[in-house]
Amino acid sequence: MLIPCPLCGARDLREFTVKGSALTLDRPAADAMPEDWHGYLHLRDNPAGPSRELWWHGAGCGAWLVVQRNTVTHEILSVTLAEQEAGA
Amino acid sequence: MVRLLEETPLSGLDVVHGAVRLREMPSITRTWLAPYPGHERAMSHALKVAMGLSWPAPGEALEAGSVRLLWAGRAQAWLLGAEPARAFSAHGAVIDQTEGWVELELSGAGRADVLARLTPLDMAAAGFPEGRTARSLLGHVSALFAAGSEAMEIHVMRSMAHTAASDIEDAMRSVAARG
Repeated sequence: MLIPCPLCGARDLREFTVKGSALTLDRPAADAMPEDWHGYLHLRDNPAGPSRELWWHGAGCGAWLVVQRNTVTHEILSVTLAEQEAGA
Repeated sequence: MVRLLEETPLSGLDVVHGAVRLREMPSITRTWLAPYPGHERAMSHALKVAMGLSWPAPGEALEAGSVRLLWAGRAQAWLLGAEPARAFSAHGAVIDQTEGWVELELSGAGRADVLARLTPLDMAAAGFPEGRTARSLLGHVSALFAAGSEAMEIHVMRSMAHTAASDIEDAMRSVAARG
């Protein structure tokens, strides 16, 4: 599998580490309801189809990426820098 | 009086297998630059004033006289061959890495075949021409590659120098054995 890093170009899977759902970019406020924190920490979908995940290009440029990919076909739909999505 | 001898990480390694040569390059002043968020343009301007070089685009290697600036990752670059100007530290992290990394040079016609056994990147001249840099893997070792006209520069952390050199030599022997 090749992941097109916005900085490095198409790179081999072995340079990347997957973190999991990109849900973690949307951290609840410190005073949010316990249900919100429970969902943020513990509840994940297990999609067969398009998914939105965080990947780390650790053996490359070191950037965190938001990768949208199809878990059924392995097609990569889009890759963006997490810093842009998180506004950091 | 005790005289201390300076030793390089690989004791001046210089080997040839087949048509490919691997050697350890002399250490040069190496500074890691990483601008703070929002300070990218200010850092680039400070570099322009002090060194005549602007911040490199991803994968770019810039040169001005004996000073080189290599892109080294997201919001990171290496300044080689010159002491950093004091102005840089106002705009980002400026860290001396001279003793922290080792530069190896792989030269010879078959160097792309050797690297093909170790790295997922296409290192043929057409895919990775002179003046480009890339962070990638060399076996299990994280490395920075910089393409020259006649050779490939391979930078690895000093702690990984022996592993990297051993892996490269193994690959050189394999390529040489195949003729």
